Amino acid sequence: MSLLTRNKAPKLAEHNAGRKLFGSRAATIIVWIVAVVWTIPTLGLFATSFRPKVEISETGWWNLFLHPHFTFANYSAIFSTSTVSGIPNGIMPYVINSFVITIPAVIFPITIATMAAYCLAWVKFRGSDLVFYGIFALQIVPIQVALVPLLNLFTGGVHIGSFTLVPALHIAGKFLGIWVPHTMFALPLAIYLLHNFISSLPRDLMEAANVDGASHFTVFRRIVLPLSVPAIAAFTIFQFLWVWNDLLVALTFTGGTEGIDPLNNKLAGLAGTWGSHWELLTSSAFITILVPLVVFFSLQRYFVRGLLSGSVK
Amino acid sequence: MSTFWKDNLPKLGQMSAAIALFLAVLAVIFFIAGRANGKKQRPIAIVVFLGPALILLLFGLLGPAIRTFLLSFKGSASKHWVGFNNYHWLFTDPSMRIVLRNTVFWILLTPIVTTALGLLLAILLDRMRRESIAKSLIFMPMAISFVGASIVWEFVYKFANPDQPQVGLMSSIAHHLGFEPPNWLLTQPLNTFLLMVVFIWSQTGFAMVILSAAIKAVPADIMEASALDGAHGWRLFRGITFPMVRSTFIVVLATMVVATLKLFDIVRASTGGNFGTSVLANEMYSETFIRYDAGRGAAMAIVLFILVIPVLVYNIINLRRERTIA
Repeated sequence: MSLLTRNKAPKLAEHNAGRKLFGSRAATIIVWIVAVVWTIPTLGLFATSFRPKVEISETGWWNLFLHPHFTFANYSAIFSTSTVSGIPNGIMPYVINSFVITIPAVIFPITIATMAAYCLAWVKFRGSDLVFYGIFALQIVPIQVALVPLLNLFTGGVHIGSFTLVPALHIAGKFLGIWVPHTMFALPLAIYLLHNFISSLPRDLMEAANVDGASHFTVFRRIVLPLSVPAIAAFTIFQFLWVWNDLLVALTFTGGTEGIDPLNNKLAGLAGTWGSHWELLTSSAFITILVPLVVFFSLQRYFVRGLLSGSVK
Repeated sequence: MSTFWKDNLPKLGQMSAAIALFLAVLAVIFFIAGRANGKKQRPIAIVVFLGPALILLLFGLLGPAIRTFLLSFKGSASKHWVGFNNYHWLFTDPSMRIVLRNTVFWILLTPIVTTALGLLLAILLDRMRRESIAKSLIFMPMAISFVGASIVWEFVYKFANPDQPQVGLMSSIAHHLGFEPPNWLLTQPLNTFLLMVVFIWSQTGFAMVILSAAIKAVPADIMEASALDGAHGWRLFRGITFPMVRSTFIVVLATMVVATLKLFDIVRASTGGNFGTSVLANEMYSETFIRYDAGRGAAMAIVLFILVIPVLVYNIINLRRERTIA
């Protein structure tokens, strides 16, 4: 046996080395070409945001690298708290709005989904599988389907005949009126992903805790939450990107209320009204892009680990 | 500066208060419910853990979905029943024909191109010694909003009249290659494909990262054993690698199909659905919120839903099989 492996091992190593050496050089070149091509469009935006207004419309952005002529004027303009091209206080209020919308819209659904996922995975009851499949199925309901009825619920409540099932909530145009829809829409995917992860936690651990007489609440707090950090982090990235980058939900539920408009929403509007102000538009766009990038890169090591547990073995 | 903070500090306060209240309520419920013992403990736990999610889903998705289904059989003001009129219009109206055609193009092309490209990159990444920076660069567009992406791509597709300098990258390249660039986003049907490029650019990184993880999970000894048997290159891929990652490949493909169908932002932000680029999800928004025909909008939503059902059924069958294995 040992002889056999010894005979084979060097051969295999050689073989692999040969394949890898040849394969790896070509692979590296191709991947880097794709990476560069993939980055060029974003680079164009980044470069434009550092160019003076007059040059943007006269020459292509690549001229910044041929004849360097940087300016920070665009950024100081959008961050100044005086009126910038018809926008009072620059874009800072919208940056704050985006954070105020996004942070709770990440925390709420993740908390509620983790609880539901634990229940469906470990507190089984008759029909719990059916509930799970039902929630899984809701993932594909296009949120467009839900917008109008939900908006009606917020402004008029739910009535069956003359019977009022839910009174008018009057939360449209308030932050709460965006947190709630985002929480609702996030739940199917969140529950599904977290359920995958939580149901793969070791059975012995759960049973040991039950034998010790710990309640489900204690198990949830002491065992499930700490162990689910990778999955929670992965979903945090997902949800943060989704809410920060969302246009449809914000458009529908802020109803253009100036005080609560998120940055992305404003940016879409500015693309129309600032059509001639490319220097302001590109710098604002870059700020819009920067925040999710920072979140993404700081949490990315969790991304695959949390997302794939259960589905890839 | 001070008026700025006077406007904005309360918002941050509101946010902190909302989070604190949310967590406090949960803590209190957990504390009270945790004290229940004996036979009541299980039902109470089920209600507390699952209740909030179910209520939110009921009012946020299930109820609205049913209501939309009903609305799709009503007229524009949702007053009287019109039978299948909205659906009849949807499948016979000449302008809708373009929308449906585009939607079919999108479904047939983008998911498979995105996923296949992601798989190819994942295989190449597997052969690289160090991968992190290139991988991150390809993944990066996923973090960019479609609104941001459409501004980013504006600098690629930008077109100027021939007497002015071309500041768009593609126009400039075309110009230097010696032919006059068309006005990219106005040229049909080219513009639809150009918008697909934005989607592919944005989502390939996601497909790549997921598939790359799946390839890494293929046990090394299987790869080595088959390499030993003389399988490499295409044969290794077809015989070993692909079958091992097939289920992940299909999950990613299904995710892309659903994302494609729901696609709204790219079309909305770059052409607004004009110039023959509209798709079902975008047209639905226009019909409902701009032309105020709730019935037609609802019918489109239902068609979207029906188009995703095969993906759903497949996913559930898959899921059930996985769960019985596990």
